[in-house]
Amino acid sequence: MNRTVIPIASSAEAPSRQRRREAPKGRRVEPQARDELRRLLGAAPLARELLIEYLHKLQDHFGYLSARHLAALAREMDLAQTEVYEVASFYHHFDIVKEGAAAPPRLTVRVCDGLACEMAGAQQLLARLPALLGAEVRVLAAPCIGRCEQAPAAVVGQHPVAPATAEAVASAVAAGCTTHEPAGFIDLQAYKDEGGYALLRTCIAGELEVDDVIKALEDSGLRGLGGAGFPAGRKWRIVRSEPAPRLMAVNIDEGEPGTFKDRVYLERDPHRFIEGMLIAAWAVGIAKIYVYLRDEYHGCRALLEAELVKLRAKPPYPGMPEIELRRGAGAYICGEESAMIESIEGKRGIPRLRPPYVAQVGLFGRPTLEHNFETLYWVRDILEQGSAWFASQGRHERKGLRSFSVSGRVKFPGVKLAPAGITMRELIDEHCGGMAEGHQFYAYLPGGASGGILPASMGDIPLDFDTLQPYGCFIGSAAVMVLSQHDSAVGAARNLMRFFEHESCGQCTPCRNGTAKVAALIAQPKWDLELLADLSQVMRDASICGLGQAAPNPVDCVVKYFPGELA
Amino acid sequence: MTVRETVAFQLNGREVSGLKGEPILEIAKREGVAIPHLCYKPGLEAVGNCRACVVEIAGERTLAPACCRAATPGMKVTTDSQRALKSQKLVLELLQSDMPEADYTRHNELDHWSARLGLGKPRFAARAQPAQDLSHPAIAVNLDACIQCTRCLRACRDEQVNDVIGLAFRGEHSKIVFDMDDPMGASTCVACGECVQACPTGALATVVRDSARMPSRAAALAVPDKQVPSVCPYCGVGCQLTYHVKDDKILFVEGRDGPANRGRLCVKGRYGFDYAHHPQRLTRPLIRRKDAPPKSGDFVMDPDRVMEVFREASWDEALDFAGGRLREIRDTHGRKALAGFGSAKGSNEEAYLFQKLVRTGFGSNNVDHCTRLCHASSVVALLEGIGSGAVSNPVMDVMRAEVVVLIGANPTVNHPVAASFIKNAVKNGTRLIVMDPRRSDLARHAHCFLQFKPDTDVAMLNALMHVIVTEDLVDAQFIASRTVGYDELRANVAGYSPEAMAPICGIGAETLRYVARLYARSKGSMILWGMGVSQHVHGTDNARCLIALALMTGQIGRPGTGLHPLRGQNNVQGASDAGLIPMMLPDYQHVSRPEVRAKFEQAWQLAPGTLDDKVGLTVVEVMHAIKHGVVRGMYIEGENPAMSDPDANHAREALAALEHLVVQDIFLTETAYLADVILPASAFPEKTGSFTNTDRTVQMGRQAVSPPGDARQDLWIIQEIGKRLGLPWDYQHVSEVFDEMRHTMPSIGGITWGRLEREHAVTYPCTHEGDPGEPVVFVEDFPREGGKARFVPADIIPAAERPDAEYPMVLITGRQLEHWHTGSMTRRASVLDALEPDPTVLLHPLDLAALGAQPGDLLTLESRRGQVTLWARADAGTPRGAVFVAFAYYEAAINKLTHAALDPFAKIPEFKYCAVRVKVGGEAPRQSSYGGGQILATSPS
Repeated sequence: MNRTVIPIASSAEAPSRQRRREAPKGRRVEPQARDELRRLLGAAPLARELLIEYLHKLQDHFGYLSARHLAALAREMDLAQTEVYEVASFYHHFDIVKEGAAAPPRLTVRVCDGLACEMAGAQQLLARLPALLGAEVRVLAAPCIGRCEQAPAAVVGQHPVAPATAEAVASAVAAGCTTHEPAGFIDLQAYKDEGGYALLRTCIAGELEVDDVIKALEDSGLRGLGGAGFPAGRKWRIVRSEPAPRLMAVNIDEGEPGTFKDRVYLERDPHRFIEGMLIAAWAVGIAKIYVYLRDEYHGCRALLEAELVKLRAKPPYPGMPEIELRRGAGAYICGEESAMIESIEGKRGIPRLRPPYVAQVGLFGRPTLEHNFETLYWVRDILEQGSAWFASQGRHERKGLRSFSVSGRVKFPGVKLAPAGITMRELIDEHCGGMAEGHQFYAYLPGGASGGILPASMGDIPLDFDTLQPYGCFIGSAAVMVLSQHDSAVGAARNLMRFFEHESCGQCTPCRNGTAKVAALIAQPKWDLELLADLSQVMRDASICGLGQAAPNPVDCVVKYFPGELA
Repeated sequence: MTVRETVAFQLNGREVSGLKGEPILEIAKREGVAIPHLCYKPGLEAVGNCRACVVEIAGERTLAPACCRAATPGMKVTTDSQRALKSQKLVLELLQSDMPEADYTRHNELDHWSARLGLGKPRFAARAQPAQDLSHPAIAVNLDACIQCTRCLRACRDEQVNDVIGLAFRGEHSKIVFDMDDPMGASTCVACGECVQACPTGALATVVRDSARMPSRAAALAVPDKQVPSVCPYCGVGCQLTYHVKDDKILFVEGRDGPANRGRLCVKGRYGFDYAHHPQRLTRPLIRRKDAPPKSGDFVMDPDRVMEVFREASWDEALDFAGGRLREIRDTHGRKALAGFGSAKGSNEEAYLFQKLVRTGFGSNNVDHCTRLCHASSVVALLEGIGSGAVSNPVMDVMRAEVVVLIGANPTVNHPVAASFIKNAVKNGTRLIVMDPRRSDLARHAHCFLQFKPDTDVAMLNALMHVIVTEDLVDAQFIASRTVGYDELRANVAGYSPEAMAPICGIGAETLRYVARLYARSKGSMILWGMGVSQHVHGTDNARCLIALALMTGQIGRPGTGLHPLRGQNNVQGASDAGLIPMMLPDYQHVSRPEVRAKFEQAWQLAPGTLDDKVGLTVVEVMHAIKHGVVRGMYIEGENPAMSDPDANHAREALAALEHLVVQDIFLTETAYLADVILPASAFPEKTGSFTNTDRTVQMGRQAVSPPGDARQDLWIIQEIGKRLGLPWDYQHVSEVFDEMRHTMPSIGGITWGRLEREHAVTYPCTHEGDPGEPVVFVEDFPREGGKARFVPADIIPAAERPDAEYPMVLITGRQLEHWHTGSMTRRASVLDALEPDPTVLLHPLDLAALGAQPGDLLTLESRRGQVTLWARADAGTPRGAVFVAFAYYEAAINKLTHAALDPFAKIPEFKYCAVRVKVGGEAPRQSSYGGGQILATSPS
């Protein structure tokens, strides 16, 4: 018989015959890596929901996630390796280093290239810094880090430098400033001294009825200030009627480009928020609270951790629900309520399909009250000053107060507490000291990256929930970015689309493919308007969550309101 | 049955109704409204990520995925509005824009829907395409065709629960990965191929080989001539499959929706089929040459050099020689001078006819098969305790159990598809208790994992019973009404407190108590076990304990409870049922009972008194009898005792000492090498017959291809040998054999060949035609005297050979995922051989380090009976002080080391325990012309 022998494996990446002999299939778990892991995480059983927290510990300690540690972590958690890997690789702040690959430099400088920072020179910083800082430091562009009023912003390790110059960053690196210690805030003692937590105790003591509290919230017209604008009182009522145990999830994943109000309030008066949160927990009957804080807010995290320790040591009332602080890991999508829930459960931050709604089936399958930070921040003021006080604020027939995060070409950017319904022009003139020197009002983004772009000629529209819809825009988290004659709407749209492409979770086709295709199409000098219109429609109609549905807004606005830029 | 509520709603303006909770997509399909869909696949969780099925629902702001939305009363759904169609088409267009030019599959669902919706050339620029991954011998990873629908992931994670595939990264970089984005071939992938079966675009595709056995895209896109529905030839799970055949060759295999597998397969079933087309298949009858070297037990052989020992012969010459010499021996030395081994790999009809040949042609009960080596002890204990050797509940009942105890079994390796259902059950909340000295993959999924010391089963199980008795967790009513012998059992376990047994079995007393309570108190507890229980000198006692556990707690006779010894071979249940065992005529009718013999003498048209009334010899006993000159001639059909018997050197010497050995097989096995005549037989896909799986389900295996050359079907060969022994047989078709069988076997009396043809599967007991069959038995009573089950107490008996200073380690033998038993099939299946090319010994990394060896070094294992050299594999799941070796490797035949000590009741050898020593180094195992990860190919001419 005439025979040839053919080696069957046809790829260099296939394991060798000798490798097949040595061990069972796949990556082996090194006992040494297990020991290192256990030294870091302790000997107690590991919880599935804390996977992201463990990954942070590894990343913080070693500067990266090695495949060997991930394999050991999987083994210790009784997970498959891929279950750990797919979570780790989802979040931008984790650096996975496979066998044989080089570890990243010990120090990373992130330069925000959000729209406000880009307008303030982020690209120049990104161009200069690598040479200035040398190979020992990694320089990365990062999506909006929530310091738009101080643009351009950079972060050295965990230390924010804003406004940043290349020199300021270099000296922070040289000085080894890599952490952020919060200062100048109202701590627990100070908060109590000025009467803090008295309202909460009144509630607990039964001096206030739950129904009255909810009624007050309803009457105030307070709506969800994360952007969706769902009436807060109604949400409490809905979740309260669901079967116990009910959970609460607080969204401080303030990632919408241009938004920084939550950070500013949190850095100033954290307990006002916590008290509102505990009142909500009392009113709705919450068993446990999870606070999800974006990873970029290192100072806020340090502050909250410390203040929560103090609070647990001296709780305002016995039986205060457990409050767990969870750390994001660099994913805009986790600001979406159901993606945040997935992330709190230790998974990839992928939005869930609805129905069911999180109020019915939320965190760990339980009915969940989910709130933005700021919504809770106002609870105390509304209850103390009365719903009429809050409702009576407002302009142009709108009610309430809004915290506008104003950035861009105004003289004094920052958080502006202003009447709901104020117009852009009024906001610039009355709260921002007018336009910055040498800049004329050209255009504005009324609601962060996804709220659309309007020309200055439309600067007299009241800014509030529902008022911008007729123009294809929305106010969202009230992140207002102001453009001048030195900027272009096309440039802004390209920046924002790159952001959406970068931040799409990738779950559904219209958003995953759509953001990438739109970004490529609008990068062209001449836009294919027919194709863009088609894409816009499928993204709006068929995307799973708000990210994909709203991502076409800036592009559609450019086509609609800035045809001159496309000519 | 509960009637599901219906929901009336509007679909494209028509009033329709569907079941409450049913997805709109399914209702629409039933109504003849096709909605494009890609990520949706019945059987997998609907995730709604592709968005191809979006439809308009009146009053909703955005479109909704029809696969994930249930209709509500009065809802107005439009699937074909301009708006819905626009999104459906654009989703397809977005995906199409990223597709490669070339096809990877003939069944691209994206192309299908694109064509249906009249999609033109996509208008978008393509993404940057990932490179192809060809690191796995069976599965090509073509991520350029991936649409991130995650069907593969759900098949891997939710269905098979192998947890290899993940979706990593984010956004446009989202990527299907294996483990940590490793090459598939280097990952933990077990190649079940479920992902390939799930993939809609060929992004994961079976590597199909051309006639030169090279991977070929043309071959992958070849159109099969025919599809043949059949079952898997490997383990006892009995997965139904479809052979896709072209030019009389199997192109590929797909899972079919059978009762035991629901479309799933494992690596052997899906990729282990090409052994049938291996160039070393025997195609002509062979007779031992006159000038051949003398037979000897210590030989090294090479199937490529078969003609040095044998010469070709015509069928007539070979059959006359084979049958004539058997007849001579019978007539000269008496009927006890012959013995026959049939095979659990053969069909029911072959098993039946083979035992009939031995009983009526040889004239004795000297007939046995490999059941003796696997579950003989379980069967003895079951027959004794509950009156039936078969399982009480099907594997699928794990889905209905609250607690599942799995002991001495490694189903992810040996019954992979059954394991997938166990893992599904765990995901649904069933609590799995794994008891095993080796940590298997299932331990990760277990609620409790009890890694007890080898050989201490009875101590541990009696301790559990002690807790159940002393804490009064027994089902007193069940014991009183349905059992006998409880008092003896209770008295016996009194001395086995968990505290006393903990140091013996190595499991803490609290854990034992916890597990006992869990098992006893649950609404339904089921016990499954494997060879780890049965292959001991106390195998019968081990099984007695498991039976007693179930009886004392009443955990039997209901769905989601019971006793399930996981059967090894695809037809070990059926072969035993058909009487291929030395003590029983078909359907477990004992040879010593005159009325039984009379019945068969009548059925077989024999003179009264013809049938032997003495129990025949078992497998290992036959070998001893040969050495003692009692047995002189043998007929072995499809078994390989030279590899599979314990103390294989001894077995080989015995086989070599036979005056006349007839071997019927498809390859030159180690046993065939010692034959005087070899009859070339048919591989599984070359014949038709019925096979009975571990669940007592009789299923149809159908011929898909022709036997090669002049190889013949086994049933024909058995019949021809019968004729040479003077039997007046004239079966024209396999169905005639089956028909005869069912008339002598009450359990399957109601199963007709026609029904098997129609329904593919029927579960027995099925006593009359039209009987639906009973998956769960012992509901009312047990098939014993008075209908009552019997408790049989057991005490600790140590293993026959304990480790000592000279031989300090314990050898455990068993199987591995890719290789079947003695390897004669799977080591010639190119994918399986590529995945596991070489013999290895598994031992704990710390034991390996203590020896001063590295993983992959050569180690020599020695027992008092033999030695082998093989490669060291570090495996943290192997207990300290033990080594594990699979018996599939001829170049390191581990049964040369095992001990032929037998369980006194079942005569099963102690494969799971003997003493060995391990030395570093030795001569590398010599491989002959197959195995070793190389494929032999006939040069393309």
